[in-house]
Amino acid sequence: MSYLKSTFRHPESQTNSLGYTRSFYEGALSTLCAGCGHDSVSGSIIQACFEMSLEPHKIAKMSGIGCSSKTPAYFLKSSHGFNSVHGRMPSVTTGANMANKDLTYIGVSGDGDTASIGMGQFMHLVRRNINMVYIVMNNGVYGLTKGQDSATADVGSASKKGVPNLYEPMDLCELAISLGSGYVARSFSGDKNQLVPLIKGAVKHNGFAIIDCISPCVTFNNNASSTKAYEWVRDHKEATGKVDLVPEAQEITVSQPNQILETIQLHDGSMIQLQRLPNSLDIQSRASVLRSLEDARQNKQVLTGLLYINPNSKQTHEIINTAERPLNTLGKEDLCPGSDVLEAINEALR
Amino acid sequence: MRIESTNEFVIRFANVNGTGSASANNMFSKAVFRMGVPVSPKNIFPSNIQGLPTWFEVRVTERSYLGSRGDVDFMVAINGQTLKQDYESIVPGGYFLYDSTKSLPRDFKRDDINVFGMPLTKMCIENYTNPRQRQLFKNIIYIGALASLFNMEFEVLTNMVKDQFARKEKLIAPNILALELGFNYAEEHYNDACGLSVSRRDNVGDAIIIDGNSATGLGAMYGGATVCGWYPITPSTSVVEAFEKYCHKYRIEDDSGQNKFAILQAEDELSAVGMAIGANWNGARGFTATSGPGLSLMSEFLGLAYFAEIPLVVVDVQRSGPSTGMPTRTQQSDVISAAYASHGDTKQVCFYPCDPADCFEMTAQAFDIADRLQTPVILMSDLDLGMNDHMSRPFKWDDKTEYDRGKVLNAEQLDNLTERWGRYLDVDGDGIGYRTYPGTHPTKGSYFTRGSSHDDYAAYTEDSVAYESNMERLVRKWETAKQIAPHPQIKHRNKETKVAAIFYGTSAQASYEALDGLAADGIMINTCRIKSFPFHPDIGDFIKEHDTVFVIEQNRDGQMRNLLINEFNFGTKRMRSILNIDGMPMRARRIKRKIELMLNGEDVSPFTTANSSVDGE
Repeated sequence: MSYLKSTFRHPESQTNSLGYTRSFYEGALSTLCAGCGHDSVSGSIIQACFEMSLEPHKIAKMSGIGCSSKTPAYFLKSSHGFNSVHGRMPSVTTGANMANKDLTYIGVSGDGDTASIGMGQFMHLVRRNINMVYIVMNNGVYGLTKGQDSATADVGSASKKGVPNLYEPMDLCELAISLGSGYVARSFSGDKNQLVPLIKGAVKHNGFAIIDCISPCVTFNNNASSTKAYEWVRDHKEATGKVDLVPEAQEITVSQPNQILETIQLHDGSMIQLQRLPNSLDIQSRASVLRSLEDARQNKQVLTGLLYINPNSKQTHEIINTAERPLNTLGKEDLCPGSDVLEAINEALR
Repeated sequence: MRIESTNEFVIRFANVNGTGSASANNMFSKAVFRMGVPVSPKNIFPSNIQGLPTWFEVRVTERSYLGSRGDVDFMVAINGQTLKQDYESIVPGGYFLYDSTKSLPRDFKRDDINVFGMPLTKMCIENYTNPRQRQLFKNIIYIGALASLFNMEFEVLTNMVKDQFARKEKLIAPNILALELGFNYAEEHYNDACGLSVSRRDNVGDAIIIDGNSATGLGAMYGGATVCGWYPITPSTSVVEAFEKYCHKYRIEDDSGQNKFAILQAEDELSAVGMAIGANWNGARGFTATSGPGLSLMSEFLGLAYFAEIPLVVVDVQRSGPSTGMPTRTQQSDVISAAYASHGDTKQVCFYPCDPADCFEMTAQAFDIADRLQTPVILMSDLDLGMNDHMSRPFKWDDKTEYDRGKVLNAEQLDNLTERWGRYLDVDGDGIGYRTYPGTHPTKGSYFTRGSSHDDYAAYTEDSVAYESNMERLVRKWETAKQIAPHPQIKHRNKETKVAAIFYGTSAQASYEALDGLAADGIMINTCRIKSFPFHPDIGDFIKEHDTVFVIEQNRDGQMRNLLINEFNFGTKRMRSILNIDGMPMRARRIKRKIELMLNGEDVSPFTTANSSVDGE
């Protein structure tokens, strides 16, 4: 295995509109297992941020504890990162977002970090509609503690230890939809073509955006009896349609004649573009997507792609009416009413 | 036999909670204050909304002893459930006012107290038709009677009614009627029957009267807090309610009408403190307020903030523990769990306010100290301080004060650095590194914040040398904290005496009073009021100067005493505990009696509570 990261870059590497190459968006060398799905997700985050020309220092990388939560060290080296405590990334991100509404918050978490220890915080994060991207690197297993089932493991699925899971799984997308998230997607770490546009759409979405990304654990849960293994997911995934994020001005074309094209305008003018079959689900209807998720489960399919979007979603700052200027930029003049006011307060207390 | 006293007595009201009694009793207390006489009200209430016993005690004290004295001189007994207990608790020569609509049971036979019957229920039925009014005005009627019995200025009361209901004018007349009904009844039946009186003085100066939690909320606003994550818990809830109230008044942006603050009610205390940490990490001042059970839940996050070095302000309004304990009764029993909150080697900066002015100043200061030290500061208030009104010196703010945001590098400073920057590098020798806020500079100053072991440059490490060096630097920072946290207040009554007392927070006022009493008897005791942890070296020197040091506090295990012994490595013998754990405010008379017995060499329990070997009230 490599222990040093190559610094060689092609002298004519492509740059984005900020003049940065893709490598500028990379991070330290990953210490995850070779073939870990999480590294592919990191690669997709890098790709999306590079292609969108996001300024890395205007992104905050947030995580909890676990294999997935280590990944912020492996992408966006010029961004501040916060590896908090297990299951508590939601609250830390909430506070950070309240302090500065102008940064882009990318949170990464795992199925243990989100669906077990952090379930309470996760659910309340969704219902407050904090403006952030929340990526779950979902492998159905606890990696750092060596192979225990997580709360997203399917009934009957068995990890390397060989004991089938007995308990009902949590479906984080269903939960997020029922709690009011305005952007809900499921993807697969092995499908970068799908994942990168989904991340871009999530960044652009105003409010809480979740991508439940199945990301196999090569060491503890990639065996034939697991429903979170590469092979099983490749064989059973079913996309809702092909998603892309397009800037406002760009002309939109349908690549497949038998498909219809849906465009959804986001709050900043950019568009989510979805190519889909005529009778597939309506991604702006909660009822439709919940029914489709249920059908897919019955048919042992993993429904991927953009599952639900509400382009009119209002994020927390709009809900609680905070000032346009980020709170962390306000000084004494804005925050302290001074001694005259205090004397009046004193007088009213006599 | 009757007690005669002007402006020095204790009156207790025994009511049923949910009947509006607290506001009426507060009105009496405020009326005394407005007559220029210092006053100390204490609400002793149950963890319940309606129907259980509740007491309200007002100490009238022209000498300004604002702690709890102990003993009751005058009882207003409105609650049938506790009538016997209330009757028995009055000191000989005291007074008992009861609702004589129903006559007293036969076994109420004390001949050493003075009894005033008033048909309160009957008077209400005769004068009011609305059932809720009949209940509420019973309280106002007895306040009117007290005005007569104590020879108070009646207009002070009527003016208060007019102030209070300025916006609900139709309530003024029925309230004044109730005051007059009570006043006239007492004039007619009990003229000159009471030896207690309130007479106008000029002893309150520029003092204000307010509860500690409101002062804390106001301090947070003046201190520049913008983000508050919180979870409701008695007795801390009103801290955030006050912060919110003041923010709505003084923190709305003029042109947009938008809020220059963000308050989020969290799903639990873990989330509440997580939000505060996230905000501080990102350069805003964030805080949370809680009580013991919440502090336990926040413990993991407090360790993160300690180790990752993120500023944070936590207000702990302590209540009786352990576990759920007595949620509406006071104690100082989170001292150890706050000071060493979280697993591993952690130490947390704590402040110990003793009155509302302290709450205001120390809260505002806590944000500066937290930013300067890049670590949590825990404000250790308690239920007695937080939820009761206290007479206090007024709030003061110097407009020249600038917020001290500590060592934070901006983009220009990052560009001008000549050496490699390390987030945790101790360049100044005070144990404190330079931090950056996210979003500062396109290519410089980013780092990874983590609760896992890290080196000077914030990189993950399991290297033994790097780990040890980081832990040692945190001790250097702790030494810095000793110098900048509020210093103790040390008073030498007498250079020769070898006896001293140490106390903090709400144990201070009753202790000062007890020691004044002992001084009057010729027993001189030097004092040290601790205001912060880590302990300033002066506290250690103070202890060394004395052979006997009483540590007076409100918990079972002598937590501050243990903390002192642990931090200074003193032998345990000279450090003697005086403890109160009955959930009631600390009482001066009991402290005095206990010290007398101990100095006499008697082998007595350290507890001042009713079940101890010392006689109670």
